[in-house]
Amino acid sequence: MSAFWSAWVTIITLAVIFGCTWLLLQTRKGETYKEETEETVGHEFDGIAELDNPLPKWWFQMFMGTVIFGLVYLALYPGLGNFKGLLGWTSTNQWEEEMAYADEVYKPVFAKYATLSVEDLQKPENEAGLKMGQRMFANNCSVCHGTAATGAHGFPNLTDNDWLYGGSPDALTQTILNGRQGAMPAWGAVLGEEGVRDVASYVQELSGQEADADGAARGKTQFQALCTACHGADGKGMLALGAPNLTDNTWLYGSSFEQIAHTVRSGRNGVMPAHKDLLSKDKVQLITAYVYSLSNK
Amino acid sequence: MIKHETVEKNIGLMVLLIIIVISGGGLAEIVPLFFQASTTKPIEGLRPYNAVELEGRDIYIREGCHVCHSQMIRPFRAETERYGHFSTANEQVWEHPFLWGSKRTGPDLARVGGRYSDDWHRAHMYNPRDVVPESKMPSYPWLFEDKLTGKDTAAKLSVMRKLGVPYTDEQIASAQDDVAGKYEIEALVTYLQALGKTHSVYNNKR
Repeated sequence: MSAFWSAWVTIITLAVIFGCTWLLLQTRKGETYKEETEETVGHEFDGIAELDNPLPKWWFQMFMGTVIFGLVYLALYPGLGNFKGLLGWTSTNQWEEEMAYADEVYKPVFAKYATLSVEDLQKPENEAGLKMGQRMFANNCSVCHGTAATGAHGFPNLTDNDWLYGGSPDALTQTILNGRQGAMPAWGAVLGEEGVRDVASYVQELSGQEADADGAARGKTQFQALCTACHGADGKGMLALGAPNLTDNTWLYGSSFEQIAHTVRSGRNGVMPAHKDLLSKDKVQLITAYVYSLSNK
Repeated sequence: MIKHETVEKNIGLMVLLIIIVISGGGLAEIVPLFFQASTTKPIEGLRPYNAVELEGRDIYIREGCHVCHSQMIRPFRAETERYGHFSTANEQVWEHPFLWGSKRTGPDLARVGGRYSDDWHRAHMYNPRDVVPESKMPSYPWLFEDKLTGKDTAAKLSVMRKLGVPYTDEQIASAQDDVAGKYEIEALVTYLQALGKTHSVYNNKR
């Protein structure tokens, strides 16, 4: 703050405090009686008169109390322009102190687990670490994956040991740190509505559902031309691309004919956001361990 | 010596004294902020919202999101652990009006950009309980039906420019085409994904 504005703030602040005090003291001097009496100020309306009493003592003292509080506050804390206050307090250094204290307390706790592998963290003696992972999962991941990690429509269930991008500790860490971007293209324009429905029938058949046999037979040809690059010739999917296995009974976007047809027609681009700029390595390690534990009991 | 009677019986004097007393706070606390670099100079690399984000912001205001969500992370560890770096004035110099909010029924959104996927935001706006069963946020299904025309977008950008937001002539010229035909939900999600992402000075890792 420039010297001008510093002086501006200081002068106005003190002028208001001392001005109010001065006004109060002056009017108090002008009181006719120093004690409570029965005397009135002299006017009367409909039999109602005004007593000419001095300011109540409690009120006066409270006012002076706020003045003293204000002055002490301004001496201790920053308030008068560039004057930093005798305590040297700022909201930023208060926050820094809080963070430093938390580091001191929690760093050793995290350090204890940081050197352990995800597999080692599954051991009973490290249960507390997994619990920490669970708590951080609740804070950071449950919004999409659910508090029990069972997922929702469009957000994978993490408890069924069925993985789009792999369930090894490394794959899980990669998923959390860098995120994932699903890339199922929209085939509606290529296949036409007829083709979309045929392929959907074939996908239903692949997963062992009842399906329209004629449609499925036609869809198979289309599937082999367009879908096998990602989902594999047998429809069992490909971890490297996050292409799901279509032959099992796990469905991210629903297994009904209409839902599958919609997926084929319009594509799906599920995104797992990257957390490398949000969570420290130690925390990712414990969250990975927790997610890993859900499928590896 | 001033008698209380003197002040009480001279309405002009009383008005003057009242004005002096109540303007003290504003003069000392508010006026200097208009002239401080920390409140008027944008943080390094700050970019203004684009046309779509600005329309999304107007939907955010129209639907009253700021009534339940703040955009103001306070400098306490409990907040910075959850939301990222605390908010600073120089991030907000182009916000007209500020959307700091005053109460949190839902979480702070100052740095919500990039935390959840677009799909999640859409599902969540359509019916929050589909993704967060415990949620008591209202549903906003009409955002998926109503489209933006972009008729006023250029005017909005021009007004923002008058208020000091550095929009270019090209941005204003293309504003209508940028937003026309987009569903309201697209604009809102684009805005939400931009929150906290208009500069990259702060480390939000916890």
